Amino acid sequence: MMPPPLALSSLLALSVTEPVSVAHYLVVGAILFTAGVACMATKRNALGVLMGIELVLNGANVNFVAFASPYLAADGARSLGLDGQAIALFVILLAAAEAAVALAITLNFYNNHATVDVDRADDLKG
Amino acid sequence: MVDFLTSTIGLSGWLAWTLAATVSAVLILNVIAGGALVFIWAERKVSARIQDRLGPTRTGGRFGWLQSLADGIKLLAKEDLMPEGADGMLFRLAPYVSFCASFCAFIALPFAFDVVGQRLNVAVFFVVAVLGLEVFGVILAGYASASKWSLFGAMREAAQVVSYEVPLGMCVVVPVMLAGSMDMVTIAEKQAGWFWNWYVFHDPFTFVIFWVYVTCAVASVNRAPFDLAEAESELVAGFHTEYSGLRWSYFFMAEYGSMFLVSAMAAVLFLGGWNGPIPVATLLGFSEGTGDTAPYLIRLLGLANLVGKASLGVIIMMWIRWTLPRLRIDQVMTTCLKYCTPIAAVMFAGAMLWQIGLPGGLIPGAGRPGGEIREGWLEGPGGRAAAPPAADESRDVARVAP
Amino acid sequence: MTPTIPMADLVAGGLLPLAAINFHTLFFLLFAAIACGAAVAVVAADNVVRMALFLVLSLAATAGLFFLAGAEFVGAMQLMIYVGGTLVLLVFGVMLTAQAPFVTMKSAGGDRLLAGFVGVALLAMLVLAGLSVPAWRQPASGTVPEPTATPLGMALVGVRVDQPPAGQPVDAVRSGYLLPFEIVSVHLLVVLVGAAYLARAKRRKTPRAIEVAASVEPPEAVAEHAAIGRTRAAASVLTGEPS
Repeated sequence: MMPPPLALSSLLALSVTEPVSVAHYLVVGAILFTAGVACMATKRNALGVLMGIELVLNGANVNFVAFASPYLAADGARSLGLDGQAIALFVILLAAAEAAVALAITLNFYNNHATVDVDRADDLKG
Repeated sequence: MVDFLTSTIGLSGWLAWTLAATVSAVLILNVIAGGALVFIWAERKVSARIQDRLGPTRTGGRFGWLQSLADGIKLLAKEDLMPEGADGMLFRLAPYVSFCASFCAFIALPFAFDVVGQRLNVAVFFVVAVLGLEVFGVILAGYASASKWSLFGAMREAAQVVSYEVPLGMCVVVPVMLAGSMDMVTIAEKQAGWFWNWYVFHDPFTFVIFWVYVTCAVASVNRAPFDLAEAESELVAGFHTEYSGLRWSYFFMAEYGSMFLVSAMAAVLFLGGWNGPIPVATLLGFSEGTGDTAPYLIRLLGLANLVGKASLGVIIMMWIRWTLPRLRIDQVMTTCLKYCTPIAAVMFAGAMLWQIGLPGGLIPGAGRPGGEIREGWLEGPGGRAAAPPAADESRDVARVAP
Repeated sequence: MTPTIPMADLVAGGLLPLAAINFHTLFFLLFAAIACGAAVAVVAADNVVRMALFLVLSLAATAGLFFLAGAEFVGAMQLMIYVGGTLVLLVFGVMLTAQAPFVTMKSAGGDRLLAGFVGVALLAMLVLAGLSVPAWRQPASGTVPEPTATPLGMALVGVRVDQPPAGQPVDAVRSGYLLPFEIVSVHLLVVLVGAAYLARAKRRKTPRAIEVAASVEPPEAVAEHAAIGRTRAAASVLTGEPS
């Protein structure tokens, strides 16, 4: 079966009668990623920036899992299989590690400056 | 159940699915709500007896058995208050977060063979993960109440629950390792037969780790002596100081729900699940194949077994609560980090070495039941199992009794 | 027992509008809506605790999406680690910003506008890229995957049971993820130590009186007099007399 043309397929995305495709997951991943980038860019709170990073990693993870899923793959198409899931797992683990270090840095910053506003971290400005 | 509805009654597909999902959801909800009613009454009676009192005696005739219902009606009629400085949305949301987490964990909990909301391949992991979410509601409640007592209670609870997840996870991993599966149905089936097949009695290490699990389970559901989050002698009432009426009772339904849940987990992981100490069904000659009613009888027996074990666990938690004094926060942390975690780690390693050294147990030839091996390729080269049912939520939402 | 409800059966049921619903898609749309909505709410919210709540919602809904895609283990892991990690974030948020002036930290309106523009442009580019490959737009085959938890675990210890090479037994050792797994383990350990080091309690710049007293050398060199000397010194500092 030929895939539907682009405009039509975006309409179909909201139809509940059709099975989902990989592209559905990609759109979700894109929204999460963009939200994360916007969060990192606009938040002045260091914890907000951290949450943005988590969202970005999560958006990437959605894509990995979508490509890995044999359920979502079209008939006859190959999926990434376990590799995608393993990479998603590593991303989750590293995100946890990153959050731990970033939190420690934030705590240090708070101890020194009594705030978590990242705009105030300008001690090294020449 | 979906098969039953579609084939026997002849409902169309979507109706059967929706009906089956609704029935299981309502059943689980009733287990939590009804269980909370019964256990609150039991707690009143148990505490009364321990303190040499009578407890409720009048409501509903003998034994005051309608006491919790009367309490519930009183709570319904109470005014729903919110402190002035509170964060309204979070304050209203918090009890539901707690309750939903407790409810979600029940989805993967098997009550008897195949009597499970959704049989998950990673059920143990799922339950532990979702149970950890319950603390979210508590933290939100503590923050949103705009009261320092609530905030103190919430912070204590956060520190406590996050710390105790480490030894709890280590304890839970041991039965998973012995069974070779994270599916709770398979784990329980592997302990079928007489009670010496239970994983508590598998080897000395699992016996010790069972008691570590009990300690951590009591701590992770915030029961005394670990109930620092609501220490009434220091923090008024802890995180639910500002709550009243129905919202308050949601916290309590969640608490009693998770008490039942961790007890049922203990039963499934260590105490044979729905397999009684004596294999009554097998002795009477019942099996899945014999007749039409035998499977139902077996499931009914299993249900009684599991609910009995879990209720016993809850009663023991009450006994502990009314016997031991509350620990200080540093003592709670010491118990977790200096005792539970190292003991659990050593016992984990010990159980693993035992499994390598004495895979057949102490008595050679006393074969353990195989259970249902879902990952068939583990058993030998080339022996791939026929594709077992995968877990995804659109299919077979309910499999409560065929 | 098919994952999607057979269409023919449903049409025969006579209730096409309801019957034609693909439940998998329905649940997908539900979880996707929660995940995306909560992610946008994280950006829009100013209060740290609310942001954390929305982040948790988004991450939990994403775990639901993983379950729907047949990746149970990754979904459960997401619930356990990501959501648990966010819990700690939340606690930090409350600890560091619970005082009134810190609760809301608004960004400038111009920044928000700019971020909105850039975000929409980025989103448009990503979505177009995602939809541009025809193979990705083909509807799902609905092939029910086998449970992946055990093969995944075996892959992490270096045995790829999911791809047995032709003509060899299943348990033939292939290059799995043993090395990355070990590296990640050591990495986590290093991070644990490093985070504890970074966040350790700092020595105060101005020591407290009791610490000054403790660091004063006892007047007598005799060992048994040291304790008495220390208490004397402490008493003199606390009462303000010269030692």
